[in-house]
Order: sequence, then structure tokens, then C-alpha cells
Amino acid sequence: MSAASRSITPGPVQSAHCRYLLRLGDTSLVLGQRLAEWVGHSPALEEDLGLANLSLDLIGQARLLLSYAGELEGQGRDEDALAFLRDAPAFLNMTLAEQPNGDFGRTIVRQCLLDAWQLEVYAGLADSSDRRLASIAAKAIKETRYHFRFSSGWLVRLGDGTEESHRRVQEALNELWRFTTELFAADEVDDALAAAGVAPGLAELQPRWSARIDEVLQEATLVRPAPVPYQWHGKRGVHTEYLGHVLAEMQHLQRTYPGAQW
Amino acid sequence: MSNDWPLYEVFIRSRSGLEHKHVGSLHAADAAMAVEHARDVYTRRQEGVSIWVMRSSDIVASDPTDADALFEPARDKVYRHPTFYAIPDEVKNL
Repeated sequence: MSAASRSITPGPVQSAHCRYLLRLGDTSLVLGQRLAEWVGHSPALEEDLGLANLSLDLIGQARLLLSYAGELEGQGRDEDALAFLRDAPAFLNMTLAEQPNGDFGRTIVRQCLLDAWQLEVYAGLADSSDRRLASIAAKAIKETRYHFRFSSGWLVRLGDGTEESHRRVQEALNELWRFTTELFAADEVDDALAAAGVAPGLAELQPRWSARIDEVLQEATLVRPAPVPYQWHGKRGVHTEYLGHVLAEMQHLQRTYPGAQW
Repeated sequence: MSNDWPLYEVFIRSRSGLEHKHVGSLHAADAAMAVEHARDVYTRRQEGVSIWVMRSSDIVASDPTDADALFEPARDKVYRHPTFYAIPDEVKNL
């Protein structure tokens, strides 16, 4: 997909601060929605509940972040309007979050890569000059520590498990690795927020994330794939074909019965 | 998958100072996974501050057919209950 030739995020003009919050919130929301697809389909009842718990944590983070983003946007959109009434190009999640679940191993690979990223982002936000964002991050990091424990634990079990489980997670890792470049590719939004002391610089986070992932991969006897140049632009609103399908399911009710209440 | 996993019994301490209570069982590949599963299955509604797990197969249980021999003899020994003592008014917490 050619990012440069596509128009980016129609709709209201959003400040860098607002867009940064949407990136974090949309990443949590889309990843939470992906994990919710496992409900009723997990390999074991216990994992079903485990993945549902992760999903609910992530959607809880998304609510706090999107509510705040809606206030900064100043167009009267609340968390629900942002979650259920935006189209794919207005979503600013990391491309990795929208990738399909695949088998359990692939879901775990995606989860582990993003958990480790969120751990560093939330840790960096603890010192944010934006106190509200800092307090959201302080709550989220406790949840994320458990998420990483869950996903890294499974990655080690599967990587260092049977021949088949090893092969499957290594393949998933090889395939999903290209999306990790986006996590640390700073653009004008990231630079503006870092300069204002709101967000940590992505360049500082990358080596810590990398070390954390290397440790897990080593224990899991998995091979770290070669780096791939940045070519994915979910955080600029240019998505892979998968996000539309995620949103079609997630937004179906509100789109069909606008304003429906539970 | 869980059919291949052994069964674990789960005990949760609801507050510091209270004892761990049996809350149920679950399947897990090993003890470490059983603790994580117990967290996900049994502490979703803030039920606990501490988790114990043990292999169900490690429990040694009484045989239901021995119930008469084991429990029947206690039935006519009501004097073992501490209800025959008058509690002095000065004793507040008993």
C-alpha cells in the first residue's frame, strides 16, 4: 500500500496532542477487539478467560484515552462516538494491532510485541508534563505488566515447546516483525510531544523494548528476524485491509441502530 | 488442550490475615500456569490478595464409605461444643 499517495485522516483538525492520544487509545481498542474475537474459541477455558481479561483491560485503557482525546479535539465527540462512529482512515492505531489473530501462537506473538511496547510507552509517560495522561499511564502499566507476563510466558512455552509450536510461532514472528518498525518510527506528532515533555522520545524506548524482546526470544529459542524498513502507517490513518473488517464487526450495532443504548 | 493438562485445586485468601479458602479447580500445564489461570478465573472480581494452587492428585481424601466410622461417633457427644459455658459479661470478643 502506498502511504504517500493517500489522503490522511479526513475530518476535524486535531492537535498533535489529540492525535497522540488517539494513537495510544486506538491501539488499545483495536487490540482489545481482536482479543475479544477469541472469546468462546480459545484452546482452553482458562485461556478464554485470560484473553478476555486482557481484552477488557485494553478496552478500559482505550476508554480513558479516547475520552481525553475527545475533550482535546473539542468537537463534542465522546469515547463512544470516537470508537463506534469513525471510519478506518480516522483510526490511528499501530498497524500491528489490527493484524488477524491467526492461530493462538500468532496472537501471542502479536500480543508480546505490543505488550513490551506499551510497557515502555506507559513507563515513559509516568513523567509526562500532562498529569492526566501520566495518571492514565500509571493505571495502565499495572495491567500491562500482567499482559506481558502472560504473553511472554506463552511465547516461551510455545517457542521452547514442541517442534510444531516452535515452527508456528517462529513463522508468526517472521511475518509480524515488519510491523514493529512503526512502533518506534517517530514523526512530527511524536517529536512535538517529546519536545513538550508530554511523551517519551521513541528513540529512547527502542533499545529497552529490543532488550526485553531479545530476552524472551532467547528463552523461547526463537530467532529475531532482520530489521525491515518502516513502511506501515497505521498511526497516520493508512491501514492494512484488516482494520475495516475489525471495525465492521465492532461498529455494526451502533451503525445499524444509531444511538442504541444497552 | 486442557484435557491433557492436570487438574489443580485453587485456594484464595480474600484479605490479609484471613486464611486461604478452597474456591474451585482448573486445568494447567504446570504450577506456574495454574497460578496465572487462577488469577484469571477466580480473582476477576477482586476476590483475593493471595493464591495457592496444588495438584488435585496430591490430595489424600477420606473415603465416603468410611463416613459412619469416622463421623458418626461424634454425633452423640454434644458436650464437646463450647455452648455449655456462661460467658462472663466482661468478655467482649469471643
